Amino acid sequence: MSKAGPSQASIFLNGLWKENPVFVQVLGMCPVLAVTNSVRNAIAMGLSTMFVLVMSSTLVSLVRNIVPKQVRIATYILIISTFVTIVDYVIKAVSIPVYKALGPFIALIVVNCIILGRAEAFASKNSVYRSILDAFGMGIGFSFALLCLGAVREILGAGTFLGVPLFGPYFEPWIIFLLPSGGFFTLGAWLLAFSLWKERRTRKATLAAEHAQELAS
Amino acid sequence: MNAATEQTLPMPKQTSSAYMILVMTAVATLCGLLIVTVYQATAPAIARNQAQIIEESVFEVLPNATRQVAFAVDTAAGAVTVDAEGQSALPKVFAGYDDSGALVGIAIEAGGRGYQDIIRILYSYSPDCGCIDGFKVLDHKETPGLGDKIITDPDFQENFAKLDAKLDPATNRPVNQIVTVKHGTKTEPWQIDAISGATISSKAIGRIMQSSTDEMLPVITAHLDEIRKAGTS
Amino acid sequence: MSVGTHAIDIRTSPHIKGRVTTDTIMLNVVYALLPVTAFAVFVFGLSAFLLVIVTTGTCVLTEHVLCKLARKPSTVSDYSAVITGLLLALTLPPGFPLWMAIVGSVISIGLGKALFGGLGMNPFNPALVGRAFLQAAFPVAITTWTPAFWPEMQIWSTERFTSIVLPTVSLPFMRPESVASFINGITIDGFSGATPLSRMKFDHETTSIIDLFVGMTAGSTGETSSALIILGGVYLMARRMMNWRIPVAILGSATVVSGIFYALNSEIYPTPLFVLFSGGLMLGAMFMASDMVGSPTTPLGVWIYGILIGSVTVVIRLKGGLPEGTMYAILLGNACTPLIDNLTQPRIFGARKKGERK
Repeated sequence: MSKAGPSQASIFLNGLWKENPVFVQVLGMCPVLAVTNSVRNAIAMGLSTMFVLVMSSTLVSLVRNIVPKQVRIATYILIISTFVTIVDYVIKAVSIPVYKALGPFIALIVVNCIILGRAEAFASKNSVYRSILDAFGMGIGFSFALLCLGAVREILGAGTFLGVPLFGPYFEPWIIFLLPSGGFFTLGAWLLAFSLWKERRTRKATLAAEHAQELAS
Repeated sequence: MNAATEQTLPMPKQTSSAYMILVMTAVATLCGLLIVTVYQATAPAIARNQAQIIEESVFEVLPNATRQVAFAVDTAAGAVTVDAEGQSALPKVFAGYDDSGALVGIAIEAGGRGYQDIIRILYSYSPDCGCIDGFKVLDHKETPGLGDKIITDPDFQENFAKLDAKLDPATNRPVNQIVTVKHGTKTEPWQIDAISGATISSKAIGRIMQSSTDEMLPVITAHLDEIRKAGTS
Repeated sequence: MSVGTHAIDIRTSPHIKGRVTTDTIMLNVVYALLPVTAFAVFVFGLSAFLLVIVTTGTCVLTEHVLCKLARKPSTVSDYSAVITGLLLALTLPPGFPLWMAIVGSVISIGLGKALFGGLGMNPFNPALVGRAFLQAAFPVAITTWTPAFWPEMQIWSTERFTSIVLPTVSLPFMRPESVASFINGITIDGFSGATPLSRMKFDHETTSIIDLFVGMTAGSTGETSSALIILGGVYLMARRMMNWRIPVAILGSATVVSGIFYALNSEIYPTPLFVLFSGGLMLGAMFMASDMVGSPTTPLGVWIYGILIGSVTVVIRLKGGLPEGTMYAILLGNACTPLIDNLTQPRIFGARKKGERK
């Protein structure tokens, strides 16, 4: 790796914002749509995924110089599935209700493309420290996105936030936001908001650049 | 950047198969070790959690019980055996006893098709009054706001305060079939008053109970002495 | 619909300009819907009137605002938003909370139409998109039915024109008081807010066909009177503004499929006549499935489309978990339309079939 690589802060912020796995890369949609019907589930899923992401990135980065190119994907999968199994046991030991709510989606973290993606695209080419930084950035970015969806869906779909009622006893919940279709609507709305915001920023940036050029000439 | 990466990765011109196998085995061993360690560490907590869920539910439907014993019921052979280890694949019932060892009631697990998916319920049967006097939904996927009223609707729960399930002493079959009736038209003690607007889920509960009582109660009644004895031993 | 701003407009033949434009067709659909709407207001009173006004108004307003947001000329004047608003109101229960009706109208126009590019681009009937959303969002409110002629239950009483059903005016985002608890003090014999379809589904009770045909039953605002819906449909067919094959195929296939069920077991399945005149089948067949945008263009395709909708409706009603299936059947039909169109393209005159060799 050359010295001219990205700075530590930018590695971290990359996953958090600029290349947010959900809002920008649109990866790992299965858990994003399936288990964000409450804030609690969203947080549990986000943390589980982040744990797997950080641990597997660390290990992949550690063994990156030993593993032959031909068997690297098989090795990554092995490593990722190990940590998924560990998460599975830990959640079951901590809380059965959370385990039931997340259901098969814990096991499906193993096929979440973000994790294998970061292992292949980043951890296998970077130092352990940088890989951990990247994994944390991506993990927090993923959790943040899940939380965004979970918050909207729980507030509208049940009138609560983390189980605390917000609007009094007569609030009419929008059941659709608890159903899978509501997940699609919410994701669509967030993506729309995100791209609107990005578009406005790029337009501002180009205007500023043009302005600077005019001044210079 | 790409060129730089290529250099850092060790790319022997010809990786020998033995080396690949060695690396994979080493990684797999490490992973295996990790999994086993975590499994060992969490196994007691997991077992405790799982046992707790069903145990707590049993005490919930049998509030007067202080101790419970699990039985496996073989409806085909008409046999009831103590199943403390939870090994049997047969349907299970849980007998609850009070401090003096007297039988308080029997909690029966049952399941059947609801509107969306299988509904699993636990209900308690009291042999003394020949009625169902406790009810809890263990697991369901009914529509939130509609079908899940089978849990939240207090009027519906009221049905199971004393739901008639008497057996005919001569034939040892239920005298009356438990049945769900339209909201507000319950007239007999063996009828379940449906929830207005959630007829499908209400009827599902009625069906599940009807088939479960039909199947289990005769066997349980036939072996009531054994079940009572298990409380004092 | 689309306004070109080219300096020179070059078009291929034929250069015939018909008198029938989108606007005239849409206006005639509005005329055809008026008797049904008027009857609904007569049967269900002031609440139904407010519902119609609110959905229509919101739909038109939404269309106007969205056009402005997209920096396009407003398309309000083509009456299509009025039709969407009217149809949405006619498919909702008469005492439906008005704030929910506003939500449904915005969804209808916004999600069902504008998002796809406006009139002519929408794959699904906009009114049904709104209703499907409301059905999933507020399953309790949308199955709370006010009986016909409530509260006095007499045709010539006037109280329903001066009083409002309580759920109609429930506060925004708040739960409507259920109709049943509201009228507890009045006690109406055997009233549980059930429609003929739900009574059939859950209790196997039929309703008199005459009542169904005239519309003296509980149900969605505009679905009750089959007679007036047929009247409106025939008017459109006579003016050649609706493809007569679609309603004929839907109603015909529904009759045949329910006839088969009835022949198999007449004790638990309703008569074909009951299936035809109850629920939203008639309204859906005449005014929603026949929407030009969402239905196939080829004659054969139209038959397939109609038969699909008719039979799926009956199967959902008789075999599914829901009492009514017209809405989902039509949405399914809309979804299949591109495929049906693709498979039933007529052969060009003189061209050979694929694979056919001389």
